[in-house]
Amino acid sequence: MKNIIKVRDLKTLFGDKMIHDGLNLTVKEGEIYGLLGPSGCGKTTLLREMVMLQKSLSGSIEVLGYELNSIRYAEAQELRKKFGVLFQFGALFSSLTIRENIALPLVEFTNLSRGMIGEIVDFKINIVGLEVGDADLYPSQISGGMKKKAALARSLAMDPKLLFLDEPTSGLDPISAREFDSLILKLRDLLGLTIMMVSHDLTSMYDTLDSVAIIDNKKIIYEGTLNNAIKIDNEFIRTFFRKGESI
Amino acid sequence: MSDSSLDIKIIQNRLSLIFKGELTLLNIADYSKQVDVISLNQQQSVYIDFRELNFLDSAGAVFIRSFMKKLSSRSIAVETLCQNRDILAMLELVSSQENSSITTNKNKITLLEKIGKVTLNNYYGFISFMHFIGELFVNKFHYLLTPKNIRYKEIAFEINESGVKAFWIVSLTSFLIGLVLAYQSAYQLKIYGANIFIVDMLGLSILRELAPVITAIVVAGRSGSAFTAQIGAMKITQELDAMRTMGFNPYRFLVVPRILALMISLPILIFVADMMALLGGMIIANIDLGISTDLFLDRFSSVIAVKHFFIGIIKGPFFAFLIASIGIYRGLMVKDDTQSLGFNTTKSVVEAIFAVIVCDAIFSIAFTSLKI
Repeated sequence: MKNIIKVRDLKTLFGDKMIHDGLNLTVKEGEIYGLLGPSGCGKTTLLREMVMLQKSLSGSIEVLGYELNSIRYAEAQELRKKFGVLFQFGALFSSLTIRENIALPLVEFTNLSRGMIGEIVDFKINIVGLEVGDADLYPSQISGGMKKKAALARSLAMDPKLLFLDEPTSGLDPISAREFDSLILKLRDLLGLTIMMVSHDLTSMYDTLDSVAIIDNKKIIYEGTLNNAIKIDNEFIRTFFRKGESI
Repeated sequence: MSDSSLDIKIIQNRLSLIFKGELTLLNIADYSKQVDVISLNQQQSVYIDFRELNFLDSAGAVFIRSFMKKLSSRSIAVETLCQNRDILAMLELVSSQENSSITTNKNKITLLEKIGKVTLNNYYGFISFMHFIGELFVNKFHYLLTPKNIRYKEIAFEINESGVKAFWIVSLTSFLIGLVLAYQSAYQLKIYGANIFIVDMLGLSILRELAPVITAIVVAGRSGSAFTAQIGAMKITQELDAMRTMGFNPYRFLVVPRILALMISLPILIFVADMMALLGGMIIANIDLGISTDLFLDRFSSVIAVKHFFIGIIKGPFFAFLIASIGIYRGLMVKDDTQSLGFNTTKSVVEAIFAVIVCDAIFSIAFTSLKI
């Protein structure tokens, strides 16, 4: 299988504080890969570095074959069209309706006709499980769960091969969260996605993840399947998984 | 709830504090007043009697601990009388927390360190503004060189927002300014019988200085703050991040359209302000000085050269650029909290008005040197 994301010897400085010190990880094609770790360990920072919102101090990040440290503007623009990002709170454009939000990348980056764009948008709305009737509402008029679905539909607008999810189930009630998990699994199978996510929801991890990387003390302390992670002797892993079992 | 009270007894050199009922957050303020009045100098030993106390909360325990510490610093012996286990446990809890919290010692910041930090922060602020200006110009040139990329829809929308919708407030403000200016100067001019010179005075001051500056200040308060708040809120909700990851350059989508829109609409607003302020002046000249409208306009066209009008208008795009770029820059500086949104909005208006006035002063000097 092809490597989709490759991080080697990554170092990140946040003010005077070292966040990552020699961090390595590899995400393979078709995987659902989770980042896990205590809060403040730099999971979200790592995600932001992978989507080019932040720069690292040294080391290399390779996403879909592009080396991010030496990427040119035009290449970066190309790469941005090949992945989708779902932000923690959706980050839908509040001045546009759900439909316009999803259509925006298509309108800006393609020469498709209006009718064709409408059909593509309807397909995305259906596949994430939103009602077509809700699509003309503004983000402020819909619930948190719908916002996440709409944001997911928007991140799928350009048919990316790679999806980044930042805490996809946070702020959702347990039923919607499970629904969202199965949606992610369904999309992976239907669209052949590779998914990289940051999550705190243990049930969601057991349901969806193929591989997990656990960050603690500025490094990856474990990379592999979730079931083997419990065998590692580390304080974070012990408290996190024991707490999970008792629930 | 049982009655709570504190009895203080002094027998020879022995002080007894007898707490009854409850000792909680609600009554420690009164008790501490009572305790503070006692002079501790003559005391040799203190009895604290909890036997009739049936409830002690953590605030009460902290109060007791600090009183005991005060006593021990004067080497006065303390004895507590208590059988209630809960109260003892609470006292124990507070004293154990005390020991663990002692270690956090705050570093004091010296004046020199403070000056250094402020200077460095200002330097970084300046650098980041230059970075913004640089990125702005690169994008602006790129934008104007490729006309198909120009976002006419956004520009039109922003012209409506910041130009058309400001029409009434700008008209009213400048009308009143013209009125007041004429009214004040009419009184002075009448003394010298120089009534007709009101035309020269109003024409020059309004066209060259007042209309552009007043308009710019109104627009800075209206649109500058709106830009900061809009873009700041987009930053807080991660909409800007979302734009970036989707490959939309925020400069091209948000920044340049707003700046261009304001640069187009401000000169037009200045023209409106010119007209309204002169109208105000004309009405007062008519009523107060008996100068008819015909006479006013006749005199106006003979003494006020057209260059004065153009000097006022040409300031528009410059002021607009300053207002819009400061407003947007401040919006981009908003961090992930609501506090910084308010802080940056205030700053954007203050800085924009200041920049407009500085820019106007520079224009004044430049035009005078050029003898325009």
